Amino acid sequence: MAARESDLLGRFNRNMSSLIDWIDTRFPMTKLIKEHATEYYASKNFNFWYGFGVLATVVLILQIVTGIFLTMNYKPSAAEAFASVEYIMRDVEWGWLIRYLHSTGASAFFVVVYLHMFRALLYGSYKKPRELVWLIGMAIYLCMMAEGFFGYLLPWGNMSYWGAQVIVSLFGALPVIGEGLAEWIRGDFYISDITLNRFFAFHVIAVPIMLLLLVTVHIMALHEVGSNNPDGIEIKGHKDANGKPIDGVAFHPYHTSKDLVIIVVFAILFSAVVFFAPEMGGYFLEHANFDPANSLQTPEHIAPVWYFTPFYAILRAFPSKLGGVVLMGLAVVLPIFLPWLDRCRVKSIRYRGWTYKLALTAFATSFLVLGYLGLQPATGGYVTAARVFTILYLAFFILMPFYTRNERTKPVPTRVRT
Amino acid sequence: MKLRLGIVVATLTLSMAATAQHAPAGGLVLEPADNDVTDTASLQRGAKYVVNYCLGCHSAQYVRYSQVGAGLGLTEDELIENLMFTGERPFDTMQSALRDEDAVRWFGVAPPDLSLIARSRGTDYLYNFLRGFYADDSTLTGANNLWLDNTAMPHVLWQLQGIRRATETGEAESDGTLHLETVRAGELRAAQYDDVVRDIVNFLDYIGEPMQVERQALGIRVIGFLLLFLVLSYMLKREIWKDVH
Repeated sequence: MAARESDLLGRFNRNMSSLIDWIDTRFPMTKLIKEHATEYYASKNFNFWYGFGVLATVVLILQIVTGIFLTMNYKPSAAEAFASVEYIMRDVEWGWLIRYLHSTGASAFFVVVYLHMFRALLYGSYKKPRELVWLIGMAIYLCMMAEGFFGYLLPWGNMSYWGAQVIVSLFGALPVIGEGLAEWIRGDFYISDITLNRFFAFHVIAVPIMLLLLVTVHIMALHEVGSNNPDGIEIKGHKDANGKPIDGVAFHPYHTSKDLVIIVVFAILFSAVVFFAPEMGGYFLEHANFDPANSLQTPEHIAPVWYFTPFYAILRAFPSKLGGVVLMGLAVVLPIFLPWLDRCRVKSIRYRGWTYKLALTAFATSFLVLGYLGLQPATGGYVTAARVFTILYLAFFILMPFYTRNERTKPVPTRVRT
Repeated sequence: MKLRLGIVVATLTLSMAATAQHAPAGGLVLEPADNDVTDTASLQRGAKYVVNYCLGCHSAQYVRYSQVGAGLGLTEDELIENLMFTGERPFDTMQSALRDEDAVRWFGVAPPDLSLIARSRGTDYLYNFLRGFYADDSTLTGANNLWLDNTAMPHVLWQLQGIRRATETGEAESDGTLHLETVRAGELRAAQYDDVVRDIVNFLDYIGEPMQVERQALGIRVIGFLLLFLVLSYMLKREIWKDVH
């Protein structure tokens, strides 16, 4: 009996390996698995901050899958959109869960990506040789902002409507072409059925394709140069006799098993929101968005969803609309130039001087405070505070070449600390 | 270190959820509704009041009678007998007979749909709004409201609450600017009226998100499973990493 079983197993294995050979002669399957998983070496001393890349991937997949199911029941028309969302929430089997997973996923995407980007600032992950990884990442971030903006109109609630109205009108502030441009984006003189329809097209197909493509390229670029680590040391500098980095471990099974733990921890926190606070006190699903879009009645005060509020605060900090738009544009675009603004060769915050530590703390604080201010009405003390923190935010980037040029760094070890 | 950072992030995320419902303008302070959507008896009473007092003018156009019946533990016969009066079928949604055009002509505004009113205004606001009516001869309906000045809504519950009027000497409301005095007693004492309003708000809360109780129950099971899975995945990770130094 046992002999027969092992014989069967042997036959199965032989058949499998001939199938794999068949594929490998036609497609580099085994080669890809080796390059990107079983023989891709990443530092063994990854900490908490190195979990957000995989989490961003997980959330992206979640958004695509839940998005597909939402699309099956959602109607992209001004007359039906709001009701179709309620139809999903009430009449579609498990519709409420799919919708909450998607709406919470949108916020979670920004949470993990902001932390992922902050990790890069902590450990200098944007520096040579990873400039392209950073640039592609910034492109992903810009796509995410577009995706979030387009998607937010789709429920056709009153905040969806007025949020889109405000954002599109920003383009109208540009000189000469402004008004025409805003009209071109809306496809109408105001936010209408036509706008909703085209935003739907962007949200469900155009931008997601870009995102998937860019994420693939991001990972390819990363795997070409290798992952950074909390010490900011190139592990490729110390290889063993087989040419494998001494301080690295294979992505699979080492980092995958660690990532699984990270994913489960994330899933617990994520579920806590989905099942117990899907509105997140009005931050993930805004109260005013439970009223249908009404072109005659603005919500009490218009605020974008939390992940845009730092930029919204910067926009409102400047007395003129055009000035605000320019400052906001700068705030979004400046991080792209980080690899060249930062003149210090030391990557990790562990070995950098006090100037960068201070600047980074000021930047992180200003980002959080601006995020808070963007949710408040633009009055008195709030505007003054927004101005101060806008200056601080922009100064982090603009003054970077000066405060990093002669930074007093600590000696960097040659091997990673565990 | 890792654990500490994890806790910080978790706390930051969850503390965002703890913000209170938005308060309307004015110096008044919202009293909490303290309703309980798991209290089926309260929901049944609330449904009865809403059908009798609210659906004359307001619709709840996304809410099906059959859904309400199932959620409130009513048989189809009980549902038809107690909550459906105008020949609807159980799978119909709660539609008012008042047409929007007529409402605009008579009240100046179409009454808002009630399906999501608890989610857009908040339960505390509704609780205080329905308790905030007072007589005011300067308005079209003869009623005004502490929480929504010059509201177009008449005081449909006046027989229950009685009529209150702003006077020089009446009992002070919480902002101290208006003094309301009961000039005609209602059928209910103040505390009883509060209970009726609480039942109404409870039902509105329920129809705002009928699956909310089910959602939380499922959440406990999902998180329970994930915690178990966390132990297993951590053991797997430990096993795989045991010879990495």
